[in-house]
Amino acid sequence: MAASPLVRARGVVKRFGKNTVLDGVDLDVAKGEVVVIIGASGSGKTTLLRCINLLETYDEGSITVDGTEIGFRDGAGGGRRRRSERELAPIRADIGMVFQHFNLFPHLTAAQNVMLGLTKVRGMAKAEARKLAEQWLSRVGLAEKFESLPSQLSGGQQQRVGIARAVAMGPKVLLLDEITSALDPELVGEVLSVVQQLAREGMTMIVVTHEMTFARDVGSRVVFMDGGRIAAQGSPNDVLVNPTQERLKSFLARIEFRQH
Amino acid sequence: MIAATYAYIVTNFPFLWQGLVVTLQVSALVVAFSLAGGLALGVAIVYGPRILYWPIRAYSDVIRSIPLLVLIFFVYYGLPALQVQISAFWAAVLALSLFKTGHVIETVRGAIGSIPPGQNEAGKAIGLGFGQRLVYVIFPQALRRFLPPWLNAVTDTVKGSALVSLLGVVDLMQSIQQVIGRTYEPLPMYLYGAAIYFVINYTLSSLSRALEARFAYIRE
Amino acid sequence: MFEYHFNFTFVWRHFNRLTWGLVLSLELALLSILIGMAIGLVLALAYTDFGKPVRALIAAYVEFIRNVPLLLLIYLVFYGIPSIGGFAYDATTSFVMTLSLYAGAHLVEVFRAGFDAVPKGIVDAGKAIGLTPWQRLVHVRLPTVFRITLPSLSNAYISLFKDTSLAAVIAVPELMHNAQWINSNSFRVLEVYAVLTPMYVVTGWIILMALRLIERRLVIHVPR
Repeated sequence: MAASPLVRARGVVKRFGKNTVLDGVDLDVAKGEVVVIIGASGSGKTTLLRCINLLETYDEGSITVDGTEIGFRDGAGGGRRRRSERELAPIRADIGMVFQHFNLFPHLTAAQNVMLGLTKVRGMAKAEARKLAEQWLSRVGLAEKFESLPSQLSGGQQQRVGIARAVAMGPKVLLLDEITSALDPELVGEVLSVVQQLAREGMTMIVVTHEMTFARDVGSRVVFMDGGRIAAQGSPNDVLVNPTQERLKSFLARIEFRQH
Repeated sequence: MIAATYAYIVTNFPFLWQGLVVTLQVSALVVAFSLAGGLALGVAIVYGPRILYWPIRAYSDVIRSIPLLVLIFFVYYGLPALQVQISAFWAAVLALSLFKTGHVIETVRGAIGSIPPGQNEAGKAIGLGFGQRLVYVIFPQALRRFLPPWLNAVTDTVKGSALVSLLGVVDLMQSIQQVIGRTYEPLPMYLYGAAIYFVINYTLSSLSRALEARFAYIRE
Repeated sequence: MFEYHFNFTFVWRHFNRLTWGLVLSLELALLSILIGMAIGLVLALAYTDFGKPVRALIAAYVEFIRNVPLLLLIYLVFYGIPSIGGFAYDATTSFVMTLSLYAGAHLVEVFRAGFDAVPKGIVDAGKAIGLTPWQRLVHVRLPTVFRITLPSLSNAYISLFKDTSLAAVIAVPELMHNAQWINSNSFRVLEVYAVLTPMYVVTGWIILMALRLIERRLVIHVPR
């Protein structure tokens, strides 16, 4: 593994009231790696992902992306302070995220959805942003849909706009949160093939998914979470095909392997 | 008969016009103040820190449960007792604004609250700051839920402004009373005044309905 | 700066007036909502069952009432209508008539929406067991509409209770009027309003909470 990982989590703890959702998570993700996180619902995998761009705060530990501590900054006179929303905005701009329920802005067209961050956060000129948005939308196969509102698009198309919106910002790492689980089965393929293409081009990604075939094909490493901890990790082959751990075995047994 | 009615309307109009202007002034001031106050407090109650929630909640709930007439008199007679000198006009504007702000807070809260949290998160994820998320993501979507009830609240403001006549402010209502005081013909004059109020408010409420119907076509 | 010396003696001495005023206010609101509900129900049914001319008349009534200040309506009914001669009524009667017509106009809309929200399936079920249209109205549609509209009716009652304060302008001896009586006899205006305002607020809340309790037992959420 590279000397300094792009994403580095150490001893991350997250509690919701009395419920400890993340119980000391350590995770390193190197540049260009595709880390797939699997686990039962409630295992903490989505929470971990949401902590990486601080959509959830974490209570203890540290998460750095490209050397920058996400949740905290050094306070004056030692100790650490939670970052303000103002400090977080530019940090988040470098961490892309694609959501389970797309979360497209319904009042904006596909192109405007992609352009918003480019113009308002990156300060890009409208024309330039427009060009970049069209490029990315074309790359995800939506060249005909620049002017469509989200409500005029299918689920798979909406999710591809979601991906274009995230990658157009030129993120250092892309977080994918169960991006196919709200889709009809026949629309899953078109979305996953876009992600596969991004992986081939060297995009660093952290992927939470239930698609085991996809995990095996695209993942450079698979992480199994259980009870708020990382219970097993390794190559897709080690984790998915030849699991040794009991909890992992029973989890995999319950998941139906889907054939493409 | 028709000619007589027409003459009646025309001869009395110049006098009512002065009052109508005052009614519109009061309404416009109240609409502006309550929009500014209600927008700020409404955003604060949804997105603001916890310590702001209860004071705003309490303000909105209490102010909306005071009868408007009581509030107007309370402000008008209460402030001088506290050594604050205020004219009847501004006392009325202040009281109406305090009252309407409570309603605007609830309208804003309802409109913003209807937007799924994922919208805010998606805005955060591409690095938009709080103000940018409000301006580019939240407000454009909340507008269609805000405008129709807010326009109805504007009608309520115009109607409620008639209460300023009870403080002696010569608004449309008070002008009507003064004409009746001279002519002793209450029925035609009240109907005439009602017609003027009707035209203003019906225009506003029709606009509200038209907007609602228009927005109804936008799918979620 | 705050040099005002509060003196509540006079207010407490005449607190009886406020109590009885409050009772009258609650009665005026109750009477008005009951008559208003009758008006609203009848007109809501007429609106669905009759043709265009009737609909236009109902719409005219609703729009007129909703777009004119209540204060003006109160004057119109009390001073305006009797001025054409031949009859007279006292201030309280006049006010109840006005507030009932006012409530009726708002409740027509509430009941129309309520009738629209009655699931077609249960009306069909009523047909299937052989109920006549009248029986379906009494035993199926009305009970459902009542439960659906209950929250709106509660809010309407609180709102009418607040509106009864306007009766003071034609000297109906309700809460606001009696408060003004104490004002003009004591000049302790600030104290009177400091007592009057919480009376309205607290009474409104108590009624609202009581009605919400009843609603929780009765309201049905209609599946779409």
